[in-house]
Amino acid sequence: MLDNLSIKDLTSSTPALIAVILLIMLVLTAVVGPILVSYKPDVVDLDSLKQPPGRAHLFGTDSKGRDILSRVVYGSRISLSVGIIAAALSLCLGIFFGLIAGYFGRTVDAFFSQVFDIFLAFPSLLLAIGISAVMPPGLTSVMLAITLVGWAGFARLVRGITLSLKEQTYVEASRALGASPARILYKHILPNALPLILVAGSLRVGGFILLEAALSFLGLGVQPPTPTWGSMISLNRAYINSAPWMVIFPGLAISITVISFNILGDFVRDKLDPRMQV
Amino acid sequence: MALYILKRLLLFIPTLLGITLITFILMQYMPGDPVTAMVGERASPETIAHIRTELGLDKSLTYQYFMYLKRLGTGQLGRSYYTNRKVSDDLLQKFPNTARLALAAMLFASVIGIGMGVFAASKRGTNWDRLITLLSVGGISIPVFWLGLALMLLFAFYLQWLPPSGMGNGSLINIILPAITLGTFSLSYIVRVTRSTMLETLSQPYVAAARAKGLSESNVVFKHALKNALIPVVTLIGLDLGSYLNGAVLTETIFGWDGLGRYALDGILKRDYPVIMGVVLFGAVIFVTMNLLVDISYHFLDPRVRVKSEQ
Repeated sequence: MLDNLSIKDLTSSTPALIAVILLIMLVLTAVVGPILVSYKPDVVDLDSLKQPPGRAHLFGTDSKGRDILSRVVYGSRISLSVGIIAAALSLCLGIFFGLIAGYFGRTVDAFFSQVFDIFLAFPSLLLAIGISAVMPPGLTSVMLAITLVGWAGFARLVRGITLSLKEQTYVEASRALGASPARILYKHILPNALPLILVAGSLRVGGFILLEAALSFLGLGVQPPTPTWGSMISLNRAYINSAPWMVIFPGLAISITVISFNILGDFVRDKLDPRMQV
Repeated sequence: MALYILKRLLLFIPTLLGITLITFILMQYMPGDPVTAMVGERASPETIAHIRTELGLDKSLTYQYFMYLKRLGTGQLGRSYYTNRKVSDDLLQKFPNTARLALAAMLFASVIGIGMGVFAASKRGTNWDRLITLLSVGGISIPVFWLGLALMLLFAFYLQWLPPSGMGNGSLINIILPAITLGTFSLSYIVRVTRSTMLETLSQPYVAAARAKGLSESNVVFKHALKNALIPVVTLIGLDLGSYLNGAVLTETIFGWDGLGRYALDGILKRDYPVIMGVVLFGAVIFVTMNLLVDISYHFLDPRVRVKSEQ
């Protein structure tokens, strides 16, 4: 299915093209940005408190005189890495349990489906709060929380795909030839399920990034002085009226990142599986 | 019909129990000793031992879980570590505020959302359509807390049309900004789903037949197509309650709204674990109950589902 996609397809859709360019810029920012910025993100400069954007500080400074541009650049590392890693982890968990539930059916399926439903019964942010609040705040707690929030959605999806794929003739043939379930799952079902899974995954990365930002905003994420976009907004929201740039730039960063992922995800979905179109 | 409801209720119970189990497991990881939290660190060892036995903390985890269930059954959610007020009392007091906000947000999201979705579908392929689609993608990409701050900046501080925060003794003007903030995420989904179901419905044969009969376009769209297109949208509106519960935590914090969300935040900041767990549990129960109600109503709304399940 992936041979349906090509670079030429990408150029046909302007929003998707812009989204890809933005995302590439974002990754570059996260990787090399910290080397290129002129200020360190935690350097306090009491002579330049709450400066509006200007020549010395392109995004202005915050209440402690720290350069906002560099803090946004450093923050991109956290947001991107948490979003992508948590998405990957919950994808792995979801694929594993989804395949098992979908393939073995009956009681196994009933049991796991119930487990999925229980995890999905929690509003995502509330569950993430519950999980990350009971452990010391930081990178691990955020990743764990987001992974545990996201896996069940993937699992249910993979289960559905597996249920329909296992009726295919080639699976039946494989079974007749004596292939073990593990082999069938790994060699037949998983490869055919992968495109749909990837579509779902790419559509959810944006949500994971928003979840990380929300947890940071609530103080449950990576702790200061490490800058994260969410905590920057939270720390500076008292100054929204007097110094709005302190809040606007991190929020803009989050929005642009998430919208790019969403547009790209939409594009990939439209190309790979038009039936799923929302 | 009643059988369907009964079946759904039966499936509902294990999920409910599962929620309590997960919350209970999470509570085991809460740092700190609940006994010392209650009586202070300088209490005598006998007091501590006594309270420990009373709370059943010396028994097995399974026993403790059942004690927990028993307490939940009587509506006991513990007491705040800080105010010592009953968490259940606080929840019952603050929930109406959140419900009011969520209702306002839902109204905003569904009315504007369906309107925009229908409009976009009718103007398919034009710049209007592209604009609305872009806006709806934007709506699900903007962090709720930032949107709230941006709206506050624009409408409360720059234009000074609306109050920046507070519930203002229940006057309607205070609910506008929080409701828009809370509802935007859901609005965007509703626009997308309405647009796509409208497009799907409008391509159905019976629509072509209606047009061929000579019915006016608005008659076709509103009287025939819309009703059918709206079925999945209605369920979406109900199911989106999850986004309201999530968003409430962030929106209420920004706008100083005294509801469940801000209660949760206060609990988080103070590490007031009974409060945090109480909100998580309460939120999940409401969410799952609403889903159940929506499921059952969907059964009534969509004749095709009803017929199929009665076969």
